Formats: sequence, structure tokens, C-alpha cells
Amino acid sequence: MSKIDLKNLTIEKAHDALMKGDFSATDLAQAYLEEIKKKNKDINAYLETYEDVLEQAKIADAMIKKGEASILTGIPLALKDNILVKGHKVTASSKILGEYKATYDATVITKLKAQGAVILGRTNMDEFAMGSSTENSAFGVTKNPHDLTRVAGGSSGGAAASVAMDGALFALGSDTGGSVRQPAAFCGVVGLKPTYGAVSRYGLMAMGSSLDQIGPVTKTVRDAEIIFQAISGHDVMDSTSMPVDLRQQEKTGTNLKPKRIGVPRDFLSQEGFDAEVLENFNKSLEKLKKLGYEIVDIALPNAKYSMPVYYILMPAEVSTNLSRFDGVRYGLQVKGKNLLDTYNKTKGEGFGKEVRRRIMLGTYVLSHGYYDAYYNKANKVRALIEQEFIKAFDVRNGGVDAIATPTNPTPAFKIGEKSKNPLAMYLSDIFTVPANIAGIPAISIPAGVSSDGLPLDLHLQAPHFREDILFTIGKEFETIK
Amino acid sequence: MELKDVEKLAQLARIELPESEKEGILNDLKSILGYIDQIEQVDVSGLKDHEYALRNVMRVDANPHETGVHTKEILAEMPSEQDGFLKVQSIL
Repeated sequence: MSKIDLKNLTIEKAHDALMKGDFSATDLAQAYLEEIKKKNKDINAYLETYEDVLEQAKIADAMIKKGEASILTGIPLALKDNILVKGHKVTASSKILGEYKATYDATVITKLKAQGAVILGRTNMDEFAMGSSTENSAFGVTKNPHDLTRVAGGSSGGAAASVAMDGALFALGSDTGGSVRQPAAFCGVVGLKPTYGAVSRYGLMAMGSSLDQIGPVTKTVRDAEIIFQAISGHDVMDSTSMPVDLRQQEKTGTNLKPKRIGVPRDFLSQEGFDAEVLENFNKSLEKLKKLGYEIVDIALPNAKYSMPVYYILMPAEVSTNLSRFDGVRYGLQVKGKNLLDTYNKTKGEGFGKEVRRRIMLGTYVLSHGYYDAYYNKANKVRALIEQEFIKAFDVRNGGVDAIATPTNPTPAFKIGEKSKNPLAMYLSDIFTVPANIAGIPAISIPAGVSSDGLPLDLHLQAPHFREDILFTIGKEFETIK
Repeated sequence: MELKDVEKLAQLARIELPESEKEGILNDLKSILGYIDQIEQVDVSGLKDHEYALRNVMRVDANPHETGVHTKEILAEMPSEQDGFLKVQSIL
């Protein structure tokens, strides 16, 4: 067998080659394991490759031989370290989980296993998905494969870097405020955040439960579409997952080919927005025009409040969700003189600085005296923002089919550049957070390179349950280089 | 917000904070609160209750699995167990 060209491999190409017998699932898994071995010591994308990779590949090969293969049979993937695979260690890149091993499979894993996909291992992230650079991992930063002095982004930095370094054909991450899209953009790959309720979160460690979605990191838009179709669906084990008939009812927007793309110019006039990024974004709009899309200016006057709303609701939900990590139920226990002391010591030592900061912020905004001013008010502003997006997408009344912005206000920043200033770090998610607040789907697509050779990006948002619009526009956009 | 508020929050969240970190956390929280305070300006008077009220989506308990089928593997991941039970320190 000749060497497999991992760089230019896509899911469909790999599937065809597996079916034709050009290489086996075992050959493919081995090729990825070798690539990981070569590159991971510099990049630190993977925390662990699983010991049973080749056994999984053998199962896939048997499925292919028996004629039971589907599109993902034998396709190797990486997981963010917050998605549960039964019997495998999972830590959310935190010390507090110690040697914890998952006792069940996440629903997305059950779906991928049924197809015979091959899980290579778990990848680095900001602790409990809190951060935009993986600098908050307890296990060291993940470096950007395009420039080792820069961050890979976060929180799914390891997942994005694993795909960008040809260490996996795709990866699954989680996106609470941009944590799939932002690192995908920094690493020059595709990242999708599905509609809230599209993909089951059963077996995903919860961060902000009204915001979290599992999403794929891939090399092409078509690959993202394949993975989305494989993992999307109703699940009784996640009460926020949407039944299929209700998805149909919720669907708005065009039934024809999308044609109008809105640009919220007022929202783009933010501080800290890189001039080169803006210039590149305008070039992307020109490309979309060439493809026949109509580009129109739209106003989203409340979208700028998405960030402050996010930094109230998310920490509130974090402080609730993470209370279970107390040194009693799982993982690390730092024994104190009594039970309360054990709680205090375990959380103090087990959680990193950013996680402690957000738990305390959440505790504050939920406290009796501030609940109305922060948490309740934020929920109301959130409703306004969601209504504003729904109105913008109302195609029968002059609305648009999709909304375009950059994914990130700057290209990948230097390691250490923002780690001392939490607020500056938070603001790097300014264009990705609104989709989580409104619950709409959004995709980041590679779009050119900066003068420093760093990947730049295009961010598209669509109405609820209209991922198909993102895929249609995205696939066309990819054809123009 | 003052240092004693940080201490109170840490106590409520059951997090033991090193003395050396308190001042830094106070400054971080102050700057974040300064930023999120801008939502005060947003006029939400036009919103009706049903437009922002959260709905309960918890399912009704039904078809429980047989008692004990998962106990062993879940207990194995706990820091301390005895005779099929989670073991905690005495609280009295």
C-alpha cells in the first residue's frame, strides 16, 4: 500500500478508498496514529490516544467486508475531552476529575460507534470549556499548527488543531459561545455550531446548559454536513433536544435556494477589530456576490448586548452545573478536617483560576440581591436578541437568508498575549456569541490568509434548524479560492 | 465590590482561595461587572412575560431500570466507597 495522502483526504474520499479497498480502516487508523506521534509533541492537540484504536479499526474492516459499511465506517476522529466514551478516561482538561473514567457513552458516541467510526483519542481544551485559547487547560496549551508561537484558539483548541495537523479526519467539540468555530477559524478548518436542540448533549459535560451544543470540526463544509447529519436527532436522554416534528414547525426562511445575505455593519464597528480582517471580510463578500448572492446591510441594534448577556447567563449556569464536582462524587478528593473542608479544598485545588472566577461570578449574579438586576434582566435581553434575529431572517418581509460576519476580530493571537486579562480574552468571542444567545446555527469557513500567513475566516448564521442554508452557501464559497 | 465580598462568594461557592489570589480576583470581577452592567441600558419594557419565561422541559420519570445494574461501575469512579455505598466523612 502506498502512503495515504492525509492532507487532501476528505470523508467521502476516504469512504470511497475504503470501499474500493485502496486501503483498509486499519491502514488509515495507523497512518493517523503515526502522524499524531510525529506532530503531537510540538502541538499538544491530543491528551491521549486510545489503546483500542486498532481494535475499533478491525471492527470497521469487518463491517466493510460484510457489506455493512456506511459513510463513517472506518473514519478516524478526535474528541474534545468533555465527551464521554464508556471505559475511557475523560477530564475536561481539569485536575478535579482525576482518573475518572466514563461509565456510559454519550449519544453522539453511540451514533458514531453504530456506524463503525474509529475514535482516535481525546484532545486538549480550556478547562471545562472555559476559555478561548486552551491556555486554561490543566495540561498545557495547544499550539497553532500554522504558527507554534500562537494559540490554536479555544475552548476546543485540541480538536481544531488535531484536524489542522492531519491528526484526525474530523473532530467533535462543544460550542457554548464560539468554542468550536473560533478555534476552527484560528486553525484554518471548518467549525459548525448546530441549532440549540439539534444534537443531543447526553454525555457531554455541561457548562452552560442553555447554550451548549456539540459540533464538528472538519476540513470541508461537505464533511461538516455529513457529520451533522450523523449526530443530529431527537434523544429522550436530553430533554432540550428537539423532537423532529417540532423542528419542522420551527423552521423558517426560504424554501428556495438562499440568495440574500445580510451584513450587520453597525455590529461590525467594534473596538479591537483588525483592519486586515475587515478587508478580508469585504473580499469574502465580493466572492459571494460573484456567486450570485445579493449582499445587503442589516441592523441588529441589540446584538452588541450578546456578550454582556452571555457573561451573566453562562457563569450562572456554570456555577450550578459545576457544583457536582465536590470531591465526593467523582475524581479528585482533597481530604479536609470535615466534609465542608473537603469540599472547599477539593474545589480550591481541583479547579483552575478561570473556572473558579466564573463559578464565583455566577454565584454573584444569582445571589438574592442581584438576581433581578443580572440574571432576570439578561434573560429578557436575550429574548430581545433572539426576536431581532428572527425578524432579520423573515424573508417574507424583506429579511435575509443568512447573516455574514468574520468569525474572529483578529487572526490567532500569541500565546500569553491575553491570558493575564480575562475581559480581553472574553472579547475575542464577540462575533460568535450571538448565535448561542439566539440558539441559531452558525458555521466558520476558512477564507484566505493574513499577511503573516495565518488563516482568516468567514462566519455565516442562519435561522433555527436551517443548517442546510449554511451548507449550501458554504460549499459554493469553497469553490472560489 | 470589596475583598470581603470575594471571601463571602468563595465561601458560598465552597472554594478555598489562596490569600495571594483574592486581590487579583477582586480586580477581575470588578472589571467584568463593569462590562456586564451595560445591560441596564436596554429597554425591555415592551416584552411580554411569555416571551422570556423559561419552560420546564424535564420529562416525567417512567420505566426505571432495574435497581443496581449500574451501581458497581459508578461506585468505582467515586473517591471512597464501602459495601456498595458512597462513603463520606461524618457531618456531625
